[in-house]
Amino acid sequence: MSEKISVKKFLYEHRRDLVLILSLILVAIILMLSIMLTAKGGAFVKVEIDGIEVAKYSLDKDGEYPIGEGNTLVIEDGEAYMKYADCPDSTCIRTGRISKRGQTIICLPNKVAVTVVTDGAGGADMVS
Amino acid sequence: MTTLAMLVATAMILSFVESQIPPIVPIPGVKLGLANIATLFALYKLGIPDAFTVSVIRVSLSALLFGSVSSFAYAISGAILSLGVMIALKHLKIFATFTVSIAGAVAHNIAQIGVAMLILQTEVVIYYLPALFISGIATGAVIGLIGAVLLKKLDGVALK
Repeated sequence: MSEKISVKKFLYEHRRDLVLILSLILVAIILMLSIMLTAKGGAFVKVEIDGIEVAKYSLDKDGEYPIGEGNTLVIEDGEAYMKYADCPDSTCIRTGRISKRGQTIICLPNKVAVTVVTDGAGGADMVS
Repeated sequence: MTTLAMLVATAMILSFVESQIPPIVPIPGVKLGLANIATLFALYKLGIPDAFTVSVIRVSLSALLFGSVSSFAYAISGAILSLGVMIALKHLKIFATFTVSIAGAVAHNIAQIGVAMLILQTEVVIYYLPALFISGIATGAVIGLIGAVLLKKLDGVALK
């Protein structure tokens, strides 16, 4: 048994490669974080039932708003979340709080969609 | 000379085959870049001038046959920055082929985002940088692995 197959040896011999690759991965993570942290906040949430816009609420004003018969939306501290829903799975409630442009809370069974938008426009504005 | 032609042809076939595969991720510019195996191979097996030739000619012919002026702009800038970075790193003689390939892939994508910013006259494209950076590391790794295996298998074979 004179053959040494050691992981440590391999890593040590290629330490410079590891440094470079890990640095690149680090840069990638930093870039990702900086994008996520500078995601712009929206100003309003747009409420749609069955595809039709029924309301628009400012995120600056706290309040509790019923949506249709089976959902309740709460706006609190610049965020919106679904407080109550009579749907069987409550995915909309578990979605949690939204506040950034483009984020949505969807209640599929009740056909409700709540989207964060900037004033005026109501759709996606990513360059595609 | 024949070797170079074969490498260019291989690269073009790889590029074409790859273009037939539906995009795995909805982000523009994320692709495996199999054709770069030829460039990497040429760099390590044949040297800088030949690698440059293979790369530029492949990009030009591909754009001529399958692409447009703007696709050429993206491709050539990616190719040149990528090759430049790879040549520089290879010259230092402290990095493995695998690593050089990753650096090349990342450089390629950075160049493409830069060109996109120029052509589209906007900075929002930079939002794609994180995804393209990660994609570069991953695809560079794959191409690097394939290239390294290829180079090892053909180690004693003279191609010129």
